[in-house]
Amino acid sequence: MEIKENTISILVNNKPDVMARIAGTFSGRGFNIETIAVNVTKDPNISKIILTIFGNQDTITKIEKQLKRMLDVIQVDDLTGRDAIRREMILVRMKTTEEQRTQLTKTIDTYKWKIVSSSPDYCIVEITGHRDDIENALAILEPLGIDDFTRTGTVALARQNNNSRG
Amino acid sequence: MKLTGAQILFKVLKQENVDTIFGYPGGSVMDIYDELFRHEDIKHFLVRHEQGAIHAADGYARASGKIGVCLVTSGPGATNTVTGIANAYMDSIPIVVMTGQVPVSLIGNDAFQEVDITGITRPCTKHNFLVRDPENLARTIKEAFHIARAGRPGPVLIDLPKNVMQALVDDTTLSYPISFSDEETDPIEKDCAEALELIRKSRKPLIFCGGGVILGRAWKEFRTFAKKLNCPVTSSLMGLGAFPGTDPLWLGMLGMHGTYYANMAISNADLLIAVGVRFDDRVTSKVEAFAPHARIIHIDIDPVSIDKTIKADVSIISDCKPVLQLLNEWLSHDPVVTPQEHTKEWRAQIAEWKEKVPLSYCRGEKIKPQYVIETLYELTKGKAIITTEVGQNQMWTAQFYPFEAPNTFISSGGLGTMGFGFPAAIGAQVACPEKLVVDIAGDGSIQMNIQEMATAVQYKLPVKIVILNNGFLGMVRQWQELFYGKRYSQTDMSYAPDFVKLAEAYGATGLRCTKPNEVKATLQKGLDTPGTVVMDFRVEPEEGVFPMVKPGLSLSEMSLGKT
Ligand SMILES: Cc1cc2nc3c(=O)[nH]c(=O)nc-3n(C[C@H](O)[C@H](O)[C@H](O)COP(=O)(O)OP(=O)(O)OC[C@H]3O[C@@H](n4cnc5c(N)ncnc54)[C@H](O)[C@@H]3O)c2cc1C
Ligand SMILES: Cc1ncc(C[n+]2csc(CCOP(=O)(O)OP(=O)(O)O)c2C)c(N)n1
Repeated sequence: MEIKENTISILVNNKPDVMARIAGTFSGRGFNIETIAVNVTKDPNISKIILTIFGNQDTITKIEKQLKRMLDVIQVDDLTGRDAIRREMILVRMKTTEEQRTQLTKTIDTYKWKIVSSSPDYCIVEITGHRDDIENALAILEPLGIDDFTRTGTVALARQNNNSRG
Repeated sequence: MKLTGAQILFKVLKQENVDTIFGYPGGSVMDIYDELFRHEDIKHFLVRHEQGAIHAADGYARASGKIGVCLVTSGPGATNTVTGIANAYMDSIPIVVMTGQVPVSLIGNDAFQEVDITGITRPCTKHNFLVRDPENLARTIKEAFHIARAGRPGPVLIDLPKNVMQALVDDTTLSYPISFSDEETDPIEKDCAEALELIRKSRKPLIFCGGGVILGRAWKEFRTFAKKLNCPVTSSLMGLGAFPGTDPLWLGMLGMHGTYYANMAISNADLLIAVGVRFDDRVTSKVEAFAPHARIIHIDIDPVSIDKTIKADVSIISDCKPVLQLLNEWLSHDPVVTPQEHTKEWRAQIAEWKEKVPLSYCRGEKIKPQYVIETLYELTKGKAIITTEVGQNQMWTAQFYPFEAPNTFISSGGLGTMGFGFPAAIGAQVACPEKLVVDIAGDGSIQMNIQEMATAVQYKLPVKIVILNNGFLGMVRQWQELFYGKRYSQTDMSYAPDFVKLAEAYGATGLRCTKPNEVKATLQKGLDTPGTVVMDFRVEPEEGVFPMVKPGLSLSEMSLGKT
């Protein structure tokens, strides 16, 4: 069966051991979580986790059943193949020098990225976009001297609410 | 009024109708044990090792259908229960394990006898709790009992810090309304109708039942169902007892050590009705060749079991009891669902297989282990509760002791835990004081929890232990014989204690039998002797369990051994 990237949205009780339980469900079956993003929902007692993992449909279905069986899991939605918006964000710290400063600002302007902090020697660029956009951005920035970056997991939201809790 | 955490604990335990605890004290549970001192209506069994406590609670749960309760101290007390927790998890047995914990203020400090037991047992409990706030205590305990028994049962652990047991809490928290809505279940009518349609079309139907029929206490409905269809029945190891072992429709266990006719039936059936089974690899062997000609109806309460290894044509996700009730009701209105004429050839074919290769073994100079079990069956008329250890002793029991009633066969199926049988027998005897409880053991396994002899003798539990003493780790030896060129690497167990003297040292009775013609008399004497009895049968050292499906082969490719 075809291995593909899957996006899963999970609503869980916001409790200390819940992340460990979720992570254990994956690691116990030899799955690597590619990206993860977690934060509270409208209801602060409930958190939403967006996970991306690689696997075939069969194994994804098995994992989803395992997740649904857990007591602190309220809802599991497979957003894979569904009409959903997916975004990642990245903060890139660039070394700035006399030579590349103009080109760097020009590039950032062209792509409508944002400089969120700048000092004489460094600046931090914020970029939001689809996974591919982020990859492209990194490729473009690379020759200009990336010092370090932090990249979030994918966040995703279905365009339409197909079920009660979104 | 204010109560201590320990007092609240007992109050809730009583609300949950707990009257039996298997446990072992230590520093962080001293407040609980001190409170226990005041509750004569709760009987505590002091084991000799915490693994004994957890297996006893397990055996108690299986024999009684109630939740088993186990209480141990923090650190080593808690870790000693882990094997037993995993064992109960694999076999879906409802147990509540209470572990002591260091005071909340010390958690995370590598305090004396601190272990992260909720972390350790996360993958092998249905759920677990660390109670940090005394206010949550009553609620958590109630929840634990609910979770252990709801849906597919399983073990639940509650970690109880010492300061929470000492804290004073308002008694009013106890009246905090706790109600658990029953899990929503999908309607089953449509799936049941589809199932009936497949049954109607089938010419070679076979019913395969498992632990789920016993866990769901649906054996009556199940028997009615099989009878109405007049359909042959096989079962997993865990399903033994759900259907009477003496019924003409009974084919015995299937799988790696299943009967020839059960494995042939499954390999040739055109319809498999699977009830409360999880298609373990010991059952399916080579998955692609399992039930190759059959459409499959799978009834299971846990969606995780459905399509896990074997894809079903019709799956019914539900407690099996209402499903069987509904099907039975429909079948009474529609008796022509499977005209008996249609399945006549199939039943004749199965009769032929039964005739051709029955379960058998060769007699010899030495005692045959199978013969000991057959004789035990004869003497107990199949009315005893039988627990087993793990290995050949377990497989021979499954093959040669036809179980009549549910919960009379108690064995470690999923984890295959050596040392389970004896403490489980203790638990079963506590649950059913009037019944005869026998542990069928190997000489290797029995040494894994032999210390519980003291427990059995102390509480005057008349458990009978039948050791099939072959001087080997028999099951492993059998694999070495068949697959590793007879290189018996580290499976010689002939250096063993004198089990008769050992029994006597513990204050039990010990009997030894070395000749086939003395087997019956020894068993009779052992069963008739009051109190705990150990019977040491010196059996043929290199006997094998057959039939056997070698790993990787299909169920129809059985080795039948020497017949
Ligand atoms: C040495 C050794 C050899 C073995 N050889 C064999 C062998 O040859 N053949 C064999 O069969 N086994 C064998 N076993 C046992 C095997 O490992 C498994 O434990 C066993 O096959 C599992 O049985 P089961 O499918 O009935 O599932 P169980 O583990 O009993 O699980 C019960 C199933 O029923 C479901 N269920 C629970 N409650 C309900 C309910 N109320 N309604 C509906 N469904 C419910 C659960 O979700 C689960 O899917 C062996 C074990 C050992 C240690
Ligand atoms: C705790 C544990 N350790 C190891 C094993 C592996 N194992 C399975 S069967 C077996 C041999 C059991 O020997 P014995 O109790 O003498 O029984 P027999 O097979 O001879 O009847 C072993 C070592 C196990 N199942 N459980």
